[in-house]
Amino acid sequence: MNTTKPTDSVVNIKALCKSYAGQRVVDDIDLQVQRGECFGLLGPNGAGKTTTLRMMLGMTPVDSGELKLLGQLISPRSHQIRQRIGVVPQMDNLDPDFSVIENLLTYASYFNLSGKAVSQRIQDLLEFAHLTQKADAQIDSLSGGMKRRLTLARALINDPELLILDEPTTGLDPQARQHIWQRLRELRHSGHTLILTTHYMEEAQRLCDRIAIMDHGKVIVQGSPQELIETHTEPHVIEVMGEDVERWQQQFLPNNLLRLEMLGESLFIYTEDEKPVIEELCKSNHQDFIHRRANLEDVFLKMTGRDLRE
Amino acid sequence: MQTVKHITWLRWYPVWSRNMHVWRKLIGPALLGNIGEPLLYLVALGYGLGSFLGQKIEGLEYVVFLASGLVCSSAMNTASFEGMYSAYTRMAVQDTWIGMLTAPLTIRDIIVAEVIWAGTKSVISVTSILLVAAAMGLVSDAMAILVLPLGWLVGACFGSMALVMTSVAKNYDFFLYYFTLLVTPMLLLSGVFFPITGMPEAVQVGAKILPLYHALALMRPLMLGQVPTDILLHVAVLVLYILVAMPIAIHLISRRLLR
Repeated sequence: MNTTKPTDSVVNIKALCKSYAGQRVVDDIDLQVQRGECFGLLGPNGAGKTTTLRMMLGMTPVDSGELKLLGQLISPRSHQIRQRIGVVPQMDNLDPDFSVIENLLTYASYFNLSGKAVSQRIQDLLEFAHLTQKADAQIDSLSGGMKRRLTLARALINDPELLILDEPTTGLDPQARQHIWQRLRELRHSGHTLILTTHYMEEAQRLCDRIAIMDHGKVIVQGSPQELIETHTEPHVIEVMGEDVERWQQQFLPNNLLRLEMLGESLFIYTEDEKPVIEELCKSNHQDFIHRRANLEDVFLKMTGRDLRE
Repeated sequence: MQTVKHITWLRWYPVWSRNMHVWRKLIGPALLGNIGEPLLYLVALGYGLGSFLGQKIEGLEYVVFLASGLVCSSAMNTASFEGMYSAYTRMAVQDTWIGMLTAPLTIRDIIVAEVIWAGTKSVISVTSILLVAAAMGLVSDAMAILVLPLGWLVGACFGSMALVMTSVAKNYDFFLYYFTLLVTPMLLLSGVFFPITGMPEAVQVGAKILPLYHALALMRPLMLGQVPTDILLHVAVLVLYILVAMPIAIHLISRRLLR
């Protein structure tokens, strides 16, 4: 499908900056996304993820730095590049006056696509999104998951090389989310390049080959989920719960050589060797604990802190 | 599948076509409004009020005078509503324009399409009234057909102005300023319901600065089968309003959406 060589970078960002009212929302970031990769952009609210995506699409002017997509420099005048890109926006903006199939037909017309080829493509996309039965349904009658799938199908109407998804599963129930994940995996296997933002660490860990964690407009870390977990956090986590956690900690873990985090009534213990802690917990008869492998969420919370972001 | 590059000057077409498609879905209430309202005005004011006048206005029966005025004011109203309430809905409520911007379309394409569309809506509305007036025997000359292309120009003019308001609107209520301060005064003081020759000088000057007066100066004679005077001047005023308002709307909406 793609004629360019398979290892070239689809996104190339150097020293990219953007300020609003004197405040840097994207602060000197560097990112590369390779062809065929699924790349995740993670970060708390206000970290600069959406602004970065908007700049990629030429929908937000760049203050300084270099931004290349599919080999082209992006500016607010580079709308032609969007002929080769698919976009799933954070908020659904389906046309409420149109049926499912009319939404796809209308969107195709924005790409100057019409005729038989499009009808066939729409049938394929309806099948891909499991919406064939709903082709003539009005948008109001669709569930949140169906709307999301339709938005995904719409983003694929122009057979894009690159798909940009801003929080593709926010607000969906677990079944609907699984469904979207499956579709995204299929797209990745068929050679599409995917860039997505998400708040769900599980989503990033399952889908992404590589991720970048952003905070306060900067990229703090980049790498594969496994790399990040190995590099930035201890392999074992023990979550101790209960009202008397603090007393227990002072009594049984006095020599604080472990990395500890308190969150509400839970104590998170990060360690290379989980056995002594578990033994201590059993000995002191504290039953209320979970032992698990460290995951991306632990990395995320370590890198961005536990303060609430609004 | 082959993706074809857009022909630049036709990129407005899919946006216009989308609006047309939505309009066709809601054609029932739309046409009822287009036909019902002028019909009521013609019957109530034209015959009701007209019967008390006892004299001709500019040599015309009042109802004939009024019919040509209503054709014009409906072109203004339709395009103003379309450029404000409907365009604002597409811009700020349904995010329709944002969706178009993630396709290879630009703000310019969208605004050009919206102006052409506002003109189209005015033509639809002018056509409806023309048919009503003709059915009532108020149109006597085939030249009246020329008000249709003129209706487009008037609609494009008021649509462009309305889009400037939309570009700075924070909510629907904002448009009341424009209607109260500009549209309603124009409707009442430009010569739709009565000639403005009896009005104070200042009001007449004010009316001549605004576009509705010029639209009327072109439409009324055409409706009666006469050739308007100063055609170039009146057309130039309407075109000038488009040429000034449309770039302002494009600039302000770009600033609003492409932050």
